[in-house]
Amino acid sequence: MSETNLIWIYRDYQRCSGCRRCEVVCSIKHEGKIWPEASRVRVFMLIPGIEVPHLCSQCHDYPCVEACPVGALSASKETGAVLVDREKCIACGRCIDACPGKIPYIHPTDNYAVICDLCGGDPECVKACSEGGWNALQLVRGSAGYNAKLYARTPEEITRDLARVIYGEEIAEEI
Amino acid sequence: MKGYAGKFLEVDLSSGNIRETRISEDVLRQYIGGRGLASKILWDRLGNRWSEVDPLGPENILLVLTGPLTGFAPGGRICVSGKSPQSNGIVGSTVGGEFPIDLRCAGYDGIIFTGKSEKPVYLLIKDSDIELKDASHVWGKGAKETVLTLVKEARKEFESRYRGRGLLKESSMLYIGPAGERLCRAAAVLAKWSHAAGYGGYGAVMGSKGLKAILAKGTGPLPEVHDAEKTMECINRIIKASLSAEFFRRWGTGSGGYAVGAETSSEPIMNWQEEWHDEKSFGVDKFEPFWVKKFWGDYGCATTCLKLAVINFGPFKGSITDNPDYENQAYLGPNLGIFKPEGNIYLTALIDELGFCGIQAGNLLAFAAELYQRGILTREDLGGIELNWGDAKAFSDLLKMIIERRGIGDVLAEGTYRAALKISKMKGVDVTKYAVTSKGIAIGAHGIRSEKDYPHYVSYPCSVQGGDHTSVAYIPLDHGNSELNSILYDSGVVCWFNFFSKEAQEALWGLMEAVTGWKITPDEWFNVMSRRILNIQRAVLLLGGPDLRWDPRIHDDVPQRWYEPLSRGPYSGKAVDKTRIEESVKEYYRAAGWDERGIPTTEELKRLGLDDVDKKLEEIRRALS
Repeated sequence: MSETNLIWIYRDYQRCSGCRRCEVVCSIKHEGKIWPEASRVRVFMLIPGIEVPHLCSQCHDYPCVEACPVGALSASKETGAVLVDREKCIACGRCIDACPGKIPYIHPTDNYAVICDLCGGDPECVKACSEGGWNALQLVRGSAGYNAKLYARTPEEITRDLARVIYGEEIAEEI
Repeated sequence: MKGYAGKFLEVDLSSGNIRETRISEDVLRQYIGGRGLASKILWDRLGNRWSEVDPLGPENILLVLTGPLTGFAPGGRICVSGKSPQSNGIVGSTVGGEFPIDLRCAGYDGIIFTGKSEKPVYLLIKDSDIELKDASHVWGKGAKETVLTLVKEARKEFESRYRGRGLLKESSMLYIGPAGERLCRAAAVLAKWSHAAGYGGYGAVMGSKGLKAILAKGTGPLPEVHDAEKTMECINRIIKASLSAEFFRRWGTGSGGYAVGAETSSEPIMNWQEEWHDEKSFGVDKFEPFWVKKFWGDYGCATTCLKLAVINFGPFKGSITDNPDYENQAYLGPNLGIFKPEGNIYLTALIDELGFCGIQAGNLLAFAAELYQRGILTREDLGGIELNWGDAKAFSDLLKMIIERRGIGDVLAEGTYRAALKISKMKGVDVTKYAVTSKGIAIGAHGIRSEKDYPHYVSYPCSVQGGDHTSVAYIPLDHGNSELNSILYDSGVVCWFNFFSKEAQEALWGLMEAVTGWKITPDEWFNVMSRRILNIQRAVLLLGGPDLRWDPRIHDDVPQRWYEPLSRGPYSGKAVDKTRIEESVKEYYRAAGWDERGIPTTEELKRLGLDDVDKKLEEIRRALS
């Protein structure tokens, strides 16, 4: 494994403007059209003002890859991204169950799991986010190691934590 | 047909019947979407009996329409329309958010609501899986609780219904607060916590139909476009131009609270008794401590000019709103004699929470306060409230009286203009001179006495959207600030704020062609297409009814207040010149193809293919002869 090429996308939720340009550029890159629900990064907004860019965090132990019964998932040696073999994937959803953050999902119209592939090493979402100066998504060189898995949390959990800071306990309890 | 999902939803709230409907390519080519299409649909369906239609009755139609550029042009917006309970005409009222994106991704360009539901309902859309659901548990609830309850409810429902495919993003929504439910004419249609389609009073129309909210989740892509590569090229050009607007991105319109008052002297102060202030406490730096989010935008937006403001301490703790933007700063700040950001943020958040439009409600509150200042409304009239300038708490108490339609609150719920007519009768004094409105719609927070702000003499008297500050009349009609331009943005439907630059404006024409495949030239737009929409809006404004009609000889004018000279600031002594107003209005009539009474001429209407509009206007020509 060439450690030098491993990359990781850091997310700073409080900086997310909710503009969703990451979804726009991701879906254009992967689907050829603007398609929010087929983007590899999806911005959840369970309550207004708290936008959570939700994307693969490349856990050190890749539970999704482990859980795949047909060997459709693998971790890229070059970038560290999870790669989905569409032909092999049977859309059983075991990768979703195995993911602590429920990040993978089944493509809206086709039967395969959708997971961020880091655009082969040059993620479009990070470029769009930094171009706008929001920097909610930033590229980290190298593997995030054991910390990566800590970012694999559900949008509910993340929203609850942020709501406590931004709006206070009362609203956080409503999530 | 490119750029459109191609289908509209038609929801009859009386029977609960929901069906899909299509609109011909020919009509879409002529009217585009949003405000333009709203004019066409409303004219076709209600034009013949326009004067008899009660905007708050079941016969009114509520339209929620996107345009072909929605989702492509940076900054998602949607247009809400219908017969307006404020002007009795048609207002194209737009609001930002993700709802239009979800609606188009679900496969629909818009929704046409007819009838009235017996019990409170909300519409839940998941692609073509659509149903009306009971909303009794959120009826009467404010914005925050409505959003938290319904988004969660929809999420749970979809989780159980669509198992095994992973998490679905939350639904986006449009909804109303108690102001809409209680048919207050200043009520808005809301999105997110605090976004509002304010002008027009469509929150009250939604309330009259028993419709609390509309939630949508679409899982498809945006519609197919004519030329994908060109589309992206245009989007990128607009984004590039928007990103360079560093000043605007930093502060949004919120920078105006101090600058507009101090520099251009065109900000409402205490119900427009003044337009100048130099209160540095109202500068952006004083708002910054409350901005917990410095950049906040709607779908695809590069500008993200909004800010999320939260007050986490002190007597106004718990207030949540966006910015406030310039309009809310002005109308719920200096206009009420409030010069502390905390009081302004508190009232703006309360307006959102109750479901009012900040401009309409701010205008109304200041009108009431001036009547109290002059002793026309007494403490007794106001149920014990001492409505002094600067007292945010007193204004919030009055808002609650309006919501409950208690005492004078019931009169004020009718909006500034109608309340002025009623109070004049009640008190035996003419108070209409303190109502700063046009065609029943509160004027935007940009005065014209100093002549330093962008609206000019014909802007408010001749606009088909009354007091709307985003859609103002201009000469020449193809001027960058003219309402024919606003009609383009509101029909597209796109956010004006990403199109301040020449570069972005040029890219918009390219985007229209790349998305739809239609070659619409500025010449065709300004001379034919936008004129059709303008003339339909003008015609229904003249037809008016059933409770109020507009006589151009009286009502194509600025508010009476603006004939009073400014008494403070660098433009002290300046007032609006009556003769110049009369001349400008006549000049606008000629430019717009209207006769000397302000009625669209037969010749112009026939040129635009609006023969039926011409025929119907015969009754107005007779009435005004």
